[in-house]
Amino acid sequence: MGMTMTQKILAAHAGLKSVTAGQLIKAKLDLVLGNDITAPVAINEFDKAGFDKVACGARITLVMDHFTPNRDIKAAENCKKCRSFAKRFDLEHFYDVGEMGIEHALIPEKGLIAPGEAAIGADSHTCTYGALGAFSTGVGSTDMAAAMATGETWFKVPSAIKVNLTGKKGKWVSGKDVILHLIGMIGVDGALYQSLEFSGEGLSDLTMSDRLTISNMAIEAGAKNGIFAVDDITHKYMEGRCDRSWKAFDADSDAEYARVINLDLSKIPCTVAWPHLPEKTHPATEGSDIEIDQVVIGSCTNGNIEDMAAAAEILKGRHIKKGLRGIIIPATPKIYMECIERGYTRIFVEAGCIVSTPTCGPCLGGHMGILCAGEKAVSTTNRNFVGRMGHVQSEIYLASPAVAAASAITGHISHPKEVMGE
Amino acid sequence: MNAHGTAIKYGDHIDTDVIIPARHLATQNHKELASHCMEDIDKSFVSRVKPGDIMVAGVNFGCGSSREHAPIAIKASGISCVIAKSFARIFYRNAINIGLAILESDKASENIAEGDEVDIDFDTGVITNVTKNETYQAVPFPDFIKDMIATGGLMASITGGAK
Repeated sequence: MGMTMTQKILAAHAGLKSVTAGQLIKAKLDLVLGNDITAPVAINEFDKAGFDKVACGARITLVMDHFTPNRDIKAAENCKKCRSFAKRFDLEHFYDVGEMGIEHALIPEKGLIAPGEAAIGADSHTCTYGALGAFSTGVGSTDMAAAMATGETWFKVPSAIKVNLTGKKGKWVSGKDVILHLIGMIGVDGALYQSLEFSGEGLSDLTMSDRLTISNMAIEAGAKNGIFAVDDITHKYMEGRCDRSWKAFDADSDAEYARVINLDLSKIPCTVAWPHLPEKTHPATEGSDIEIDQVVIGSCTNGNIEDMAAAAEILKGRHIKKGLRGIIIPATPKIYMECIERGYTRIFVEAGCIVSTPTCGPCLGGHMGILCAGEKAVSTTNRNFVGRMGHVQSEIYLASPAVAAASAITGHISHPKEVMGE
Repeated sequence: MNAHGTAIKYGDHIDTDVIIPARHLATQNHKELASHCMEDIDKSFVSRVKPGDIMVAGVNFGCGSSREHAPIAIKASGISCVIAKSFARIFYRNAINIGLAILESDKASENIAEGDEVDIDFDTGVITNVTKNETYQAVPFPDFIKDMIATGGLMASITGGAK
């Protein structure tokens, strides 16, 4: 029986000719990731178990991105713990303030992951790298600790949902709309324990930025990973990024899928997820009665340069509604610099927004834009759970950068055409 | 291995942000995490939970972030087992890795009410509702997970049990 993309990558990393859904395997890892919240827990476990060296082979990567620049003394202590660990084991890939970006934007940007590689990260959005045709999934801190010591981990081989993409996106529609629409169709547990595998002629209409956003939110459908077939867009993205040799894995033509979903990109509207679940999707045009207090554009989901460009196009020469707070967070230092060079930073500041240093910040209610009771935000982040950005009585509406920027100008949830015309 | 306690019941899609809100994630202290467990959906949980109590929920329990602080907070609050219709996969792994017992059972999830007395036999997967005099069959842990729990969790299993 044929294998899916995910199954082929897992088989290769387990040293097996083939694997089938449900099989338990041990796989070698190319990348093991942690951040300033999850790595300290992993380091405690690593030390408690008495390990005195880290595994070679797997790139152990620590990114100080969640509560940084340190929001309080405990956050400072957590970063210090990671810093000492990195120094103790001479870790090459330790990213502190100044060098760090939001982990899932930084890692592909720096070529730390490549197609066909296998990664785990103690962060649920580690599934982002499926955009490159890699297998990557989120785990907890104890899994991370064990993987730092052994360079491998155990997996249950997932079955897959094939998402067959056709058509071309409409004006103002981006990867964010595609993934929100899909989650709205299948629900927040619609792909539980499974892979989402994206392929089809519609791939050519999805930029790498679109794909990174789509794979990033695979977890929001409960998926283990969300992976894209490798094509010319992937090859172009990888050029000059990494000098390791890598291999693309295609699904076998007779691969078995638990379900096939046909998605016509041309039918997907600008989509917004109402509180308090990412599956509560509505077309952006239905939000004109919802007045908002804050807009956040950034995060591991939508902090790439293309996201910044979408926001800048709409905010250029306009001003956000008086009384509304606009918070823009380019995801990495490189994207931050590019915003300056392309003139976006001036556009954002002149529009009345603030431009923050890279941080996860408000996405998980850490800092840099917490909501109080009764406040509403349109945010390009990934979760709108109760209390995610602050008070339990605040509300988060998940949207694309274009919808978020348009909403910042009008003060209510807006389709970009409301600001830009047809 | 058995558990016995009073059921504390929640609904579907209980996410890790409500199990332990991110504002409390700067600590790794188990007691401190437990003192904020469930506070965003159930302020009374911390005061009414007793050692051994059993948390019962619907589908997709533990969805959202990978924070291991979530199963740690539940375990440290005294909960002996979480029963749900289904678990989000990262939470499922984390719970096993840190030694928080979890079982999947549609029937138990539907029929057990808040306050029911519940007995669990982990070897057989039989859940007994003492209050209603009913039993529900869950799939017991597979052997490799039993072995992991027997040796003291994931870290102990890779160091050969010496912890």
